[in-house]
Amino acid sequence: MPEITYREALRQTLRYQLRHDERVFLMGEDIGAYGGSYAVTKGFLHEFGERRVKDTPIAESVVVGAGIGAAMAGLKPMVELMTINFSLLAIDQIVNNASKLYYMSNGQINVPIVIRMAGGAGSQLGAQHSQSLESWYAHVPGLKVVVPATPYDAKGLLMTAFDDENPVIFIEHTALYTSKGEVPEEAYRLPFGKAEVFREGTDVTLIGYSGSLHQAARAADQLAADGISCEVLNLRTLRPLDTDAILASVRKTNRAIVVEDDWQFGGFGAEIAAIIQERAFDDLDGPVLRCSGADVPTPYNGALEQAALPQETDIIRMVRGMV
Amino acid sequence: MISEVVMPQMGADMVEGTILAWRKQEGDAVERGEIIAEIETDKANVEIEAFESGIFRKTLAQEGDIVPVGGIIALIAAANDDVSAYATATPAAPAAAAPVPAMAAAVAPASTPAASAVAAPPRENGRLRASPVARRIADERGIDLSGLHGSGPDGRIIKRDVEAAATAPAPAAAPPAAAAPIGASKMRQAIARRMAQSKREAPHYYLTVDIDMTDAAAFRKQANTALSADQRISVNDLIVRACALALQRHPAFNVTFEGDHPVRRDAQHVCIAIALDDGLIAPALLDAGRKTLAEIAVASKDLVARAKGGLLRPDEITAGTFSTTNLGAYGIEALIGIIQPPQTAILGIGSVMPQPAVHDGAVAVRDVMKVALSADHRITDGAQGAQFLAEIKRLLEHPLLLVL
Repeated sequence: MPEITYREALRQTLRYQLRHDERVFLMGEDIGAYGGSYAVTKGFLHEFGERRVKDTPIAESVVVGAGIGAAMAGLKPMVELMTINFSLLAIDQIVNNASKLYYMSNGQINVPIVIRMAGGAGSQLGAQHSQSLESWYAHVPGLKVVVPATPYDAKGLLMTAFDDENPVIFIEHTALYTSKGEVPEEAYRLPFGKAEVFREGTDVTLIGYSGSLHQAARAADQLAADGISCEVLNLRTLRPLDTDAILASVRKTNRAIVVEDDWQFGGFGAEIAAIIQERAFDDLDGPVLRCSGADVPTPYNGALEQAALPQETDIIRMVRGMV
Repeated sequence: MISEVVMPQMGADMVEGTILAWRKQEGDAVERGEIIAEIETDKANVEIEAFESGIFRKTLAQEGDIVPVGGIIALIAAANDDVSAYATATPAAPAAAAPVPAMAAAVAPASTPAASAVAAPPRENGRLRASPVARRIADERGIDLSGLHGSGPDGRIIKRDVEAAATAPAPAAAPPAAAAPIGASKMRQAIARRMAQSKREAPHYYLTVDIDMTDAAAFRKQANTALSADQRISVNDLIVRACALALQRHPAFNVTFEGDHPVRRDAQHVCIAIALDDGLIAPALLDAGRKTLAEIAVASKDLVARAKGGLLRPDEITAGTFSTTNLGAYGIEALIGIIQPPQTAILGIGSVMPQPAVHDGAVAVRDVMKVALSADHRITDGAQGAQFLAEIKRLLEHPLLLVL
């Protein structure tokens, strides 16, 4: 299997969709002539032309609103919002229109839109550009929230996103675009709501997604050297959430830590912890812990930024404290 | 915020640790990452560091205390945090500093009370602290949680504790005291280490012989009438002298290890095992081979007095080349000793007892003493041991040889 980057994996699916489905078009700020802020659509304007690859004004609400309209009218738009931080300017369209139209029309209207954005911190982009707001979208019924951690995830999950008849919030991680992994050349689909057991273990379950999966996996590597066996779960999608996989793993290890770049207060880890205690209480050997970002706007200073994000050493200390 | 400093688990099999020393005193400021204490596990001494910065407000365990893994040993908090709730909440158990009588330890009944080292089951507001899965398994298997030791964070009873109880041969409801470890003094630990090392490394062989001490007793009685009090000879002095002379003639038993290499020693430094309140020590009576019986008598009294006062010199503790251990005073018939590493032989000495014995072709009541030689088979063989022991017997049965 060829080893390609997370960025290239996304490109392969976008190109596949543009080639195989006439209804698909891409829309976003700087995705055409510039090739995309994270170079995901580089060369696409030349390859597919202006009708399929559209540069837009810097007006996120308009871009998403137009995308929703196109989707309602039978097209399959992929809207790129650069980063999750800018999606806040379009959140009314996403939450009040995209997520609700199917319900409010009693199933008469579908909104098959894929909204891509980059989240996460760690690249010294400043507090306003270094947020992990995925739990905001995961909170909303009617949205699907996809958080790929690897190139294999990125390609397969984006394929599935285009199959969906309703809105998919596809959140990439700024620090992962150059990460590499083995990816099949042919197109394939990874189902939503199915977590991956990224690493098997017996003592503690570490639950991660997107960037935090890699922190968890590195911590698990180090702990293995001390004879502590961590099972690492890659959630892949936050909504739908694979609660069965989470519960099965906790029933095996009796302990869990959620690793999230997100802030802890009201974050996604809280949802997972709540599900575990509601449904696997009698299997717990200790409280479910969260290894989360610090409760501050992400610092610009590189050292401070790292200190504000969950690190392997934090996970390792937590695990040692609970086994 | 109050940060609880707990006894860390250094390795999967560690269940408790001893506080060796506090590096911070109550009231000191402490930075995250600073060393706050030194603890001793059964494997090593480890420094533990603060996970939080703040004021080192309170120690909940004293130096020497044994604390179960996860037990709270100290509190780091802000100067104005109220830590009074922790005043009596310490899960730390005082170390069993109570001495275990040295010689009696090996035969003490297993029920020796060791309550002082037992951690009470963790309770919080009267509720037993146990994890949900521990409660479920305990429920399923009919195990009483209140009898279990919690090895989880903050002393919580967790799954492994219940599973251990479920597989333990003793009934699960047995009081924790039955399985509780006895806190060990440094001396006890040293004895344990050295004796275990000896039994592990040195293949012991054992030879026993009866020695007729009737003539030696008469000789001693006669000699003592002419000697000053500090020079009075004990039975043990005769034995030490006999051993020193026998070692000169059988130097294969005057061998000690230097690392992996056995080395034959020129001088006969004969050790005498002395019971102390909290253990046992066997200092060497240096150069016993060059001392007269009277000199040995003086030196041995001095050695015993200084051993009991803790005033031994380093040489006396380390230079011994051969040992004697004597429980004659307790009426013990025979004693088979364990070799003290790095030495390679020890003579165990029982009581001198009047017994019917054949003497000059007739049965007579004689003072008989049983001795047992334990020797390291890596260095000597049984036939050599027999000759060495025969020499000791010959010397003691012909006590004039001890002064010639």
